[in-house]
Amino acid sequence: MTKKENSPRLYVRAVVLGHKRGKSNVHEHTSLLQIENVQSKEDSKWYMGKRLVYIYKAKTLKNGSLYRSMWGRVTRPHGNTGVVRAKFKKNLPCTATGRRVRVFLYPSNI
Amino acid sequence: MAEATAPKSYSLDAVKKPLKRARVNRPSKLRTSITPGTVLIILAGRDKGKRVVFLKQLESGLLLVTGPFKVNRVPLRRVNQRYVIATSTKVDVSGSDVAKFDDSYFAGEQKKKEKKSEGEFFETEKKEKKVVSQARKDDQAAVDDKILAAVASEPLLKEYLSARFSLTSGDKPHRMQF
Repeated sequence: MTKKENSPRLYVRAVVLGHKRGKSNVHEHTSLLQIENVQSKEDSKWYMGKRLVYIYKAKTLKNGSLYRSMWGRVTRPHGNTGVVRAKFKKNLPCTATGRRVRVFLYPSNI
Repeated sequence: MAEATAPKSYSLDAVKKPLKRARVNRPSKLRTSITPGTVLIILAGRDKGKRVVFLKQLESGLLLVTGPFKVNRVPLRRVNQRYVIATSTKVDVSGSDVAKFDDSYFAGEQKKKEKKSEGEFFETEKKEKKVVSQARKDDQAAVDDKILAAVASEPLLKEYLSARFSLTSGDKPHRMQF
């Protein structure tokens, strides 16, 4: 069995664009995400409610792993071109900007 | 400030009236896309990406599915509806009898908390290897046999069920027809 068979990708890639904000006021409780291959508000509606995880590395071992995760959910579309708002259990740190977030296909509605 | 209304009786042994709104546990509504025999894609867990056959919805709302085991090593197991994508592929499961399976069948054995002695306290817990009982294997075979026959009759269905679903570059799940 190839490696692909053993560890299939069941998430969609997304990038953190930053926090919800105006010019000078930043609302850290909501992050903005750009999901790969999603370019319209209609398309982004499919992802509403889907769970997200931001994975990062740390220096110390925790629970047997150097990787740590922050979980969240896609909450609503942001604008007309597929960008999406998301809320995480704990606000995402600013170091997450420009980095990868995994958008899972669950909770599924198909 | 609203005036507090006086209670109807000051009796010492006033009986509490039971709340009329008693909470009733109902199984979650089954999606119309999921009918017995539908091939489902499991989205999370150790079997993520695997295509399994749906058998029935249990009382708790969870879905009873099977690989079949010989095809993709997924045994009779429960899966949450929200962690599953229903495909349009259907397998004929009318031959299998699944009436006897319910949530109590899958309830894990209650581990007895044994009091540890001084010496044992510092020992790390010995992990007992989980052995599948013969009864489970027999049940699996009984259900799977009819399904395997139905799978064999359809061209490429066996290969389809043994292949795992995966997203690749350029895939758009929001546009996919499952």
